[in-house]
Amino acid sequence: MDTTRYIAKHVINLPRSGIRDFFEIVAKMKDVISLGIGEPDFDTPWHIREAAIYALEKGKTHYTSNLGLIELRRAINRYVEKNFGISYRPEDEILVTVGVSEALDIAFRALVNPGDKVMFHQPCYVSYHPSITLTHGVAVPVPTYAKDNFALTAEALVAAWQPGCKLLMLNLPCNPTGGTCNRAQIEAIAKFAVEKDLLIISDEIYSELTFEGEHVSIASLPGMKERTIFLHGFSKAFAMTGWRIGYACGPAALVEAMMKVHQYSMMCASILSQEAAVEALLRGEEGMKSMRDQYHRRRDFIVRRFNEIGLKCHLPRGSFYAFPSVETTGMGEKEFALGLLEAERVAMVPGTAFGTNGTGFCRACFATGYDQLIEAGDRIERYVQSLKTKSR
Amino acid sequence: MAFLLFFAKLRDVMSPIIKLLLEGGSLTTAQMGQVLNLPEAEVNRQIDQLKKDHILLGWRPVLNLADEETGVVRAVIEVRITPERGGGFNRLADRISRFDEVESCYLMSGGYDLLVFVSGTSLQRVAAFVSEKLSTIEGVLSTATHFLLRSYKEQGFLLDVQAEENSRLKVAP
Repeated sequence: MDTTRYIAKHVINLPRSGIRDFFEIVAKMKDVISLGIGEPDFDTPWHIREAAIYALEKGKTHYTSNLGLIELRRAINRYVEKNFGISYRPEDEILVTVGVSEALDIAFRALVNPGDKVMFHQPCYVSYHPSITLTHGVAVPVPTYAKDNFALTAEALVAAWQPGCKLLMLNLPCNPTGGTCNRAQIEAIAKFAVEKDLLIISDEIYSELTFEGEHVSIASLPGMKERTIFLHGFSKAFAMTGWRIGYACGPAALVEAMMKVHQYSMMCASILSQEAAVEALLRGEEGMKSMRDQYHRRRDFIVRRFNEIGLKCHLPRGSFYAFPSVETTGMGEKEFALGLLEAERVAMVPGTAFGTNGTGFCRACFATGYDQLIEAGDRIERYVQSLKTKSR
Repeated sequence: MAFLLFFAKLRDVMSPIIKLLLEGGSLTTAQMGQVLNLPEAEVNRQIDQLKKDHILLGWRPVLNLADEETGVVRAVIEVRITPERGGGFNRLADRISRFDEVESCYLMSGGYDLLVFVSGTSLQRVAAFVSEKLSTIEGVLSTATHFLLRSYKEQGFLLDVQAEENSRLKVAP
């Protein structure tokens, strides 16, 4: 029986993830140094894990409010106010979700009518474009470029805008490029959004991992809180990827709309993850800073190595990704990544897995130990040298 | 990473070399140089300076001495001593610290003065050290010896932890 005929057309037409294809190749190989794992290499700090164990021992196994534990929402409000300069009412402007992934999904499902256009900068996280498609929206990509260190510029937004654009998706600092925007650039984006009456969905999951300068949240600018849904979570800053816990903050009417979707699909986020998240916000700052310091040193090392090897790489101001260009090798990004994997057993994800502006680039995640980074650098150098030798 | 949490307030003033050492990656000085973009000679020079400044006291491996066959008996001794005019507790603490049996010695607040960690090849040897060497020092008022029965964590390393296979996916978005 051919069951594929039951699959919805828009799902059939959804392209396979470039990451998944690459993952399946890497999974079959042994002794690979993977620079392709987009999550912290640290385990969640013990005190956060212990808070979840304690909650379990105390019998905390039941549903919570759809919006999430009020203690967590209060802690989120205090944290966001202190670190981002935005105040949200715990009662009705904050929604605890199953990761930022769920927050993004329900935001689109709550806001996108069939045919609505959603702008997003790329290269970008693999989920944004498919999420827009799954809600029958129209994805409007906005290119970012190496010459701007992959910052999103107002010029690019103006050039990409079309009538019918309703939402603007931001992810700053960005996965995979590490690009982010300074205050002037954020203000220009805000001005554009106001002029075009766009609602902003701002995924700031890497914001704590900003190594130089300030992270400016667009919702903190005058007049922007009412047209921004601020998404954040615990996966990257507190090494809580597997806990699946995040949050959305925004105007009460929008949070209520998202809550409608959330309550029917998820009910609530895991109570254990919520309890752990409270501990992270109350006492996790030092651990987070320690991890960030280590990412910072690793970034400096790996970016320097890429440039020494001849793979031009900008210095990412945030996230734990470097995005070197492989142009000097004369190879395409897929060919380079597969060749590197085959010859030297180092995995980097081809940039086109993240959008067409990833052409010619590979993503290297430096959330791994120094010994791995040092060895990976040596292997990549050997591979690039071998390519030069072959081409003579 | 746990040790770095203890030094949280010092993190901003710690040299990058100390931070790397505390991160516990067991890097060689050549590798440290690669990470910090310094010549190896400069890394060695900075390490020597840290030693001269008595910030870096030395290196010692952290061993699991839980096995009976190692023949190591350890004890923690609470020592009450008489403070001395002009020297406080320092002279006596220094004298006690110099014994080879003493691993660590700390001045403490509370119901006793010094907390002394000792080790020996048998219970009798440790007991003899306390009764013949430690208690007999002029100025030592009393000792309370507690023998270590089992160690769960040594200097930041958990014992009795099965090495887990790395469960991270090899590629993730």
